Amino acid sequence: MRTTSLHARHLAAGARLVPFAGWEMPVQYAGIRAEHRAVRSGIGVFDVSHMGEIETRGAGAAALLQRILSNDVEKLAVGGAQYSVLCKPDGGVLDDLFTYRLEERRFLTVTNAANHAKDLAWFRGQAASFADVEVVDRAEDYAMLAVQGPEARPLVARLLDAGQELPERFRTAELTVAGAPALVCGTGYTGEDGVELLLAPAAAPAVWDELLRGGATPAGLGARDTLRLEVCFHLYGNDLSESRGPIEAGLGWCCKEATGFVGADAVAAVRAAGPAETLVPFTLTGPGIARQGDAVRGGGEVTSGTLSPSLGIGIGMAYLPTERAVAGAPFEIDVRGKTRPAVVAEKPIYRPETTR
Amino acid sequence: MPADARYPSDLLYHPEHDWVRLDGDLATFGVTWFAQDSLGELVFFDPPAVGSRVAKDDGYAELESVKAVSDVIAPLSGEIVEVNERLAEQPDLVNSSPYDDGWLVRVRVSDRAEADALLDAEAYRELLP
Repeated sequence: MRTTSLHARHLAAGARLVPFAGWEMPVQYAGIRAEHRAVRSGIGVFDVSHMGEIETRGAGAAALLQRILSNDVEKLAVGGAQYSVLCKPDGGVLDDLFTYRLEERRFLTVTNAANHAKDLAWFRGQAASFADVEVVDRAEDYAMLAVQGPEARPLVARLLDAGQELPERFRTAELTVAGAPALVCGTGYTGEDGVELLLAPAAAPAVWDELLRGGATPAGLGARDTLRLEVCFHLYGNDLSESRGPIEAGLGWCCKEATGFVGADAVAAVRAAGPAETLVPFTLTGPGIARQGDAVRGGGEVTSGTLSPSLGIGIGMAYLPTERAVAGAPFEIDVRGKTRPAVVAEKPIYRPETTR
Repeated sequence: MPADARYPSDLLYHPEHDWVRLDGDLATFGVTWFAQDSLGELVFFDPPAVGSRVAKDDGYAELESVKAVSDVIAPLSGEIVEVNERLAEQPDLVNSSPYDDGWLVRVRVSDRAEADALLDAEAYRELLP
């Protein structure tokens, strides 16, 4: 089991550690709901160092990424961030990714921990048919801290060197945070304002300490999941998989088939014909909590489900037959043998105040 | 507030981390400190129907934390005569008071001799990691 450079900090903060994609990671400290509230109302800091990084560089880097990422990489400016999916030729999703353009010919792509080795092999396999491109595994070189919440940006801004400024949302900048060189990204997975910091693993504990001293609450993967689900961000392995395509997952907005990316023909065909099933957010209208794998009566399945700490009700995402995937439409879920009524919700299920 | 770890000596214990308080043929069931701590903050208790029958070693209810759902195992057989209605609004009473306010159900036991197979507090504690 691998541990991050913050392992001793997690133990000191009273973390409950669990195995996650080959890593021992904190699922919670004081409690999921308290951590969730801290992020919605103040500042939370997450150690997400288990996530992987792939650097793509060289004169052919943009061409390679344009071939494998679903979004239009030509539109990604230096200092920008772009979300995309990595598709197989049949359109099935290998991973969902943020890519940062650090320089004209240098990109950094953040991978899901469980998919990192697979993604890296895919990047390298595709790179073989491109000239002047190098694919480098940078997973060992970066710790990653997500600092999220309405007070997160002011806190991180105070820790910057004099004269430095935080990047705007979906922008990135190489800055110095609490004395440590860091790639600061205006991205996150909670629906709140905030930044993500990519920095040397050895530098992460001191930055973590400064963030806590500044009022950030340590938050674990449990709260990360409830926060992302309230704002309907996809989780690979739950809502996305190799057997589902981006159109049915509601990710058509980040697929630009005209770029000719691997899988574009399959994605275009589904977009034209309409997918058989469509991913929808939902809320339960009575008691209970639906979970991943619960069947929808009449077809479909729940891919993520939890109790919403903000709303106090069961929420989730489910694939429904497309004709029933309409906001406001009632449906029923078989929750371990009990029929629980639900309704298709609007996205997001919960609307954070800071990003409204 | 989480309760401190303790295992009262006047209770009997099932290895699946359930306790029973016996009073004649009336029994109160709940889950132990270890169980509630392992589950984390409880957010939903799905009780059985009053009048339904439970069988020793079988699941009779579900307790859910934010992350996960867990079956609750019956330490004895019998008929449900009461469920803790307060848990509908405050399931975290199981966290704050696992042996008192956080009791789950009351059961009229059908075979008191089944209690001979249960553990005392000392034997139960030895099972814990």
